[in-house]
Amino acid sequence: MARPRSTTRDLERYAGLFASRTRVMKSSAMRDMMAITARPEVISLAGGLPDTSSFPPETFAAMAERIAHHSCARALQYGPTEGLDEAKECIVEVMAAEDMKVDPDDLIVTTGGQQVIDLVTKTLIDPGDVIIAEGPTYPGAVPTFSSYEADVVHIDTDSDGMRIERLEEVLDRLAREGRRPKFVYTVPSFQNPAGVTMSVPRRQRLVEIAHERELLILEDNPYGMLRYEGSPRPTLRSLDGGVYVMYLGTFSKILSPGIRLGWVAAPPPVLEKINLGKQAADLCTSTLTQLLVRAYFDEGIWRDYIESLNEIYRARRDAMLDALAEFFPRQAEWTRPGGGLFIWVTLPDFIDTTDLLARALRENVAFVPGEGAYLDGRGRNSMRLNFSASDEDTIREGVRRIGEVVAEQVALYGTLTGDDRAAAAERARPRATPPESSGDAAEEEGTARVVPMPRRRTGEGRAHTS
Amino acid sequence: MSKVAVLKGGTSLERQVSLRSGARVEDALERLGHEVVSIDVGADLIERLRAAAPDAAFIALHGRDGEDGTVQELLEILGIPYTGSGILACIRSIDKVLAKHLLVEAGIPTPEFFAFSETAFRQLGAADTLQAIEERLDFPIVVKPASGGSALGIKFARTAADVPGCLVSAFSYDQKVLLERHVAGRDLAVSIVDGPGGPSPLPIVEAVPREEDFYDFEARYEIGRTEFICPARISEEHTERAHALAVAVYKLLGLSGFGRVDLMLDEAAGELQILEANAIPGLTETSLLPQAAEADGTEFDALIGRILELALEGRASAAKV
Repeated sequence: MARPRSTTRDLERYAGLFASRTRVMKSSAMRDMMAITARPEVISLAGGLPDTSSFPPETFAAMAERIAHHSCARALQYGPTEGLDEAKECIVEVMAAEDMKVDPDDLIVTTGGQQVIDLVTKTLIDPGDVIIAEGPTYPGAVPTFSSYEADVVHIDTDSDGMRIERLEEVLDRLAREGRRPKFVYTVPSFQNPAGVTMSVPRRQRLVEIAHERELLILEDNPYGMLRYEGSPRPTLRSLDGGVYVMYLGTFSKILSPGIRLGWVAAPPPVLEKINLGKQAADLCTSTLTQLLVRAYFDEGIWRDYIESLNEIYRARRDAMLDALAEFFPRQAEWTRPGGGLFIWVTLPDFIDTTDLLARALRENVAFVPGEGAYLDGRGRNSMRLNFSASDEDTIREGVRRIGEVVAEQVALYGTLTGDDRAAAAERARPRATPPESSGDAAEEEGTARVVPMPRRRTGEGRAHTS
Repeated sequence: MSKVAVLKGGTSLERQVSLRSGARVEDALERLGHEVVSIDVGADLIERLRAAAPDAAFIALHGRDGEDGTVQELLEILGIPYTGSGILACIRSIDKVLAKHLLVEAGIPTPEFFAFSETAFRQLGAADTLQAIEERLDFPIVVKPASGGSALGIKFARTAADVPGCLVSAFSYDQKVLLERHVAGRDLAVSIVDGPGGPSPLPIVEAVPREEDFYDFEARYEIGRTEFICPARISEEHTERAHALAVAVYKLLGLSGFGRVDLMLDEAAGELQILEANAIPGLTETSLLPQAAEADGTEFDALIGRILELALEGRASAAKV
């Protein structure tokens, strides 16, 4: 039987029950479009997936067997909220590899690094509180910050990472407005999505600022060891000693994202609150996967595996940079990451990359539109490209297809604005591929459905029906 | 009871919405006792339809392929009865330019517009006409791709400088776009289901965006971002006229089974204007047609049962040709 719903309000079932914060939890057209990228015919440069296919199955089998024989009952049981000692030992080892000393008591093992972002935000942010983040910032942090109704202020980045002088200006402005930001969220090394790395002087200055202003920093460092050139930079935590820096680490990129293991190292009073938050969220991190990590570290190959990943990713990054140089129009700019998984491309400002994605999907290729990396509507003419999840030939083909639709839009804009010189130059630009440019290809394809106009007198468009 | 193939997903930009519509339709059909064959539409569509040999196909696809007559054509060839409108009605309604020309010709009010193919700009110098169009339509001007049932790619040009960028965006979705006079007012949707006495309009749903100045794609499918009010808070006279106009559009385009007509009430002028018609409106939890039906006392399962019955009876298909 139909329930009577004659009321003129709240037509939608459940709508009246949702918390007000769900209004700012944004879904997006972009996310809906992403559903198409999962189809096999689509070359997706959109995800951020590590290449798990290179992990040796026999190692995985050995790890699982070891657990089955030695710690089956424990692996199947709940564990302490802060994590198992076995997992913490591995974390201490990983942090030592990046020149950080940490007391296991200052660690909480989490369900992926993403949970750290959630727990830290939950711990520190009341609605309207300010979080400072890079612009662009990690797209996965955006929904987290939104769901706690944070006011995110982006600080521009350049090839040396977050522009610290801008940060100081913003902090001064906020101070004048009587607002104190709670924490600075940063991915200093091989940033997602921009691929840039913060310089050492900026790292030092950032830590100084944190001390001067008593400001917490959340240093998110998933990619620090995925370095393809140059020498390592000191982590913010190593510079600060763990006083104002909360450090987020993860096994996702150095072992597997499927095991969902990350961690946070933070000053004890903050850690205590995070621990309470984690109890509420999920009681404890998977015991099984914590023991898997211990078993993996017992195999003694974890650093070799990262080396092998780095070789794979270096070649893929190079393939992507080469393809960008070859196939993207000269109006485009992009970053040149020394590590990590991503390149950030910025196009002329008349191109909206969310719309461009719709066009690119017709060519069966996908990327992440830049708007997802900002909370303030910027990024609309940028895109994030991932090079870790596809082989070199696929990357090259994917970049070629995107370059073609970008060139097509640049040419069309030139035509629309009467600035055909730009369009003509674009067509004349020598390419390594067959001579016809995308613009010409589109013309050939174009149908003759030219709609005649004008054909109505004023007012006719508003004619009445009888 | 019947064996029903539910066609969903596909490769259109509205794939996600279609998967949600399809899943909900499948549940309803199963509750009604039908045997359901679920098909995510792809290269093996024909093969799977032949293997399943269903009594009917329930088309829960939106956008390209599903709503533009393509899948309907294939089902005609296979001789499988299907839900909703026939090929010609789909072709007419998916193409806003074609639909609007038909409306103008029939004297049904629709916002003034100009349409272009990409070729017009690339080869025929159409850019030179933009200034005249801008003067004629006044800002803001709505720029839309000709096809697509969602608001993807729809932009507002507030100044002449915005127009080229908006056109580039709209051309990302289709080779044909339109520039349309903006109508400020109330955003109304009239859902229609064929009844024994012909097309029967359901209570009007009014969409009130909570923050944005436009009822956009995101808000349209997201609970909590747009407030839907039913019946719309408009006068009885406007309600009657909106119903009459929607039914006239439905008939003009040759829609059958079910459909939805979107209108604007221009409050200043007190006039209703037709924006577009959808041959396969969304059937998700937050979609307007199921909500309107429910407000009218028809539960979702009964609605789906009715739509299927029309396909099986061939009543809908009689009108398809």
